[in-house]
Amino acid sequence: MIRKLAGLLATLLATSFVIFGASYAAPGDPVTFLAGGKENLTPEYISAIRAQHHLDDPFLVQYGRWLGDAVTGDLGRSLQYNDQVSDLLAARLPSTLGLVAYTTVLFVVFGVGLGVLAAVRGGRVDAAVVAGTTFATSVPPFVLATALTSLFGVQLGWFPVMGGGSPWHLTLPAVTLATGALAIISRVTRQAMIEQRELDHVTVARASGLAERLIVVRHVLRGALGPIVTMCGLVTAGMLAGTVIVETAFGLNGIGSLLVNAINTHDFPVTQAVLLLMVTAYIAVTTLVELVQPLIDPRARRSG
Amino acid sequence: MMLLSVEGLTIEAGGRRPILRDVSLAVGRGEIVGLVGESGSGKSTIARSVLRLLPSRARVSGRVLVEGDDVLAMSPEALRRLRASRVSMIYQDPRSSLNPVRRIGDFLTERLVHTLGRPKAEARATAVELLAAVGMRDPESRLRQYPHELSGGMLQRVVIAAALAAGPSLLLADEATSALDVTTQAETLALLRRVQAERELGMLFITHDLHLAAAFCDRVHVLYAGTVVESRPAKELFDSPRHPYTAGLLACTPELGAPRTIRPVPGRPPSLDDAFTGCPFAPRCPHTTERCTTRHPEPVAVAGGSAACHLLEV
Ligand SMILES: Nc1ncnc2c1ncn2[C@@H]1O[C@H](COP(=O)(O)OP(=O)(O)O)[C@@H](O)[C@H]1O
Ligand SMILES: [Mg+2]
Repeated sequence: MIRKLAGLLATLLATSFVIFGASYAAPGDPVTFLAGGKENLTPEYISAIRAQHHLDDPFLVQYGRWLGDAVTGDLGRSLQYNDQVSDLLAARLPSTLGLVAYTTVLFVVFGVGLGVLAAVRGGRVDAAVVAGTTFATSVPPFVLATALTSLFGVQLGWFPVMGGGSPWHLTLPAVTLATGALAIISRVTRQAMIEQRELDHVTVARASGLAERLIVVRHVLRGALGPIVTMCGLVTAGMLAGTVIVETAFGLNGIGSLLVNAINTHDFPVTQAVLLLMVTAYIAVTTLVELVQPLIDPRARRSG
Repeated sequence: MMLLSVEGLTIEAGGRRPILRDVSLAVGRGEIVGLVGESGSGKSTIARSVLRLLPSRARVSGRVLVEGDDVLAMSPEALRRLRASRVSMIYQDPRSSLNPVRRIGDFLTERLVHTLGRPKAEARATAVELLAAVGMRDPESRLRQYPHELSGGMLQRVVIAAALAAGPSLLLADEATSALDVTTQAETLALLRRVQAERELGMLFITHDLHLAAAFCDRVHVLYAGTVVESRPAKELFDSPRHPYTAGLLACTPELGAPRTIRPVPGRPPSLDDAFTGCPFAPRCPHTTERCTTRHPEPVAVAGGSAACHLLEV
């Protein structure tokens, strides 16, 4: 447990170093953007800015200062908005978290549902599920976003086309994101169930007169839970860093669009903070998944 | 009426010969009937057919009657009730018989609660009683344990307890002790014998060990390549085997304490790809004659039972 925690910290430290290093090495002198345009640049002004932002310190000193501040919750000030970065994040985070949570519910319910259906029914249902989810996943998200918007947003008028703020607004973006995950989740579910179904103890349960529905729920699906939960966790974790396209397509003010904006305007404190947040969220979710495994499979507790 | 009566059971599942060919056997109330044969001879298939767990796409003929009801013809609901409360099976490998992610208690109460509709608390009390009945100490805390926390012998006790849970009249023990070490094996056999006698159960006792069967059972059927080659009371079979295959199995007397040879008869047990026009044992039989390779031998009456061998037909 302690060793796991230490490993986590080391990973975070390494990524923070990479993130900081990347923006340090990125093309373009931050001074240009800090000064708000080339025309304002007088040598005195430049050195004033450099001193204010400690840009003349050695790389490691800058990194250390940034990291120290970040740990205490001070992520700096946005160059573009002149707001505290943490305030910006706090304002944008609910949209993205809401979107990811909504999406996760959708792909877990439908992905696992379809996988179970395919495994239990087999034959044509199985083939239809595999073909259908494969097709759905292969549609690029922006194409799907456009199609959903024009059908449900414009033509039928069921859902708002742009903006966020309510589950209503998040429905089409969440459907778009979830569709991409459907194939992998349903396939992992189906495969794990098929493997579990062949095990002796399932036959033993059947031989004891248990109804087929209960066998599927209590033994086959229960046994398949490990890989299903892992895969759902990984997909969710990946999604935390992958909402950019959908946020842009649906005009959501989330973390993803904040990142794109920050990169375009060379707002490096925001860029660094968002990247760090995404990595932290990814690590947090995957760690959570790992911690849940012993609850799912008691055999994993022994080597804990 | 016999408790279990298998009549002319033939099961084909795509091989060059049927898995079972015209198998007939019967188990009475309170009787232990042995079923002996080498690996692949069809023993498990017989036991499983009593619960109608047939190979997929199998062609089946004949009848399997439990207390007069034909298992192969009954409705799915009747079949479920039969599996839940009338016939129980004990398997070779207890470790793979239990769901590794569920507690012992769940395994024991599952069929009581979910198929027989007993209240949870009552099922739990029954589970504790059963664990005590199969000689497990501290049954209360066992209920909360997981299969990987118990030894093979302990797990087989749990499986036996579960088999007794619904008060069945017939036990099918498919190599129930083969996977256990020698001491545990003896303990488990004693336990099986005790619960069988206490509850007057009929038992189909399957093993590849003819010596064990002869010691443990009332009557013994010897199976070879899916056909019953000899059916006799245990003592008579042991004293004077009439089929050359039975004789071959017995001839290899094990050393005391040494593990018994699993395949004592020279030659290889036939697979499903070996088809026979005559006696299936002819290729390995020391007494083979012309007739053995051309005509299938029918069972003939011998002292106490029957044996299927041309040499006995005179
Ligand atoms: N589900 C099945 N489908 C096809 N063949 C099977 C199936 N189950 C068993 N068999 C074949 O039937 C034969 C008898 O198997 P089994 O009854 O398990 O023998 P035993 O228990 O005596 O070792 C074997 O050759 C085996 O390969
Ligand atoms: Mg077997």
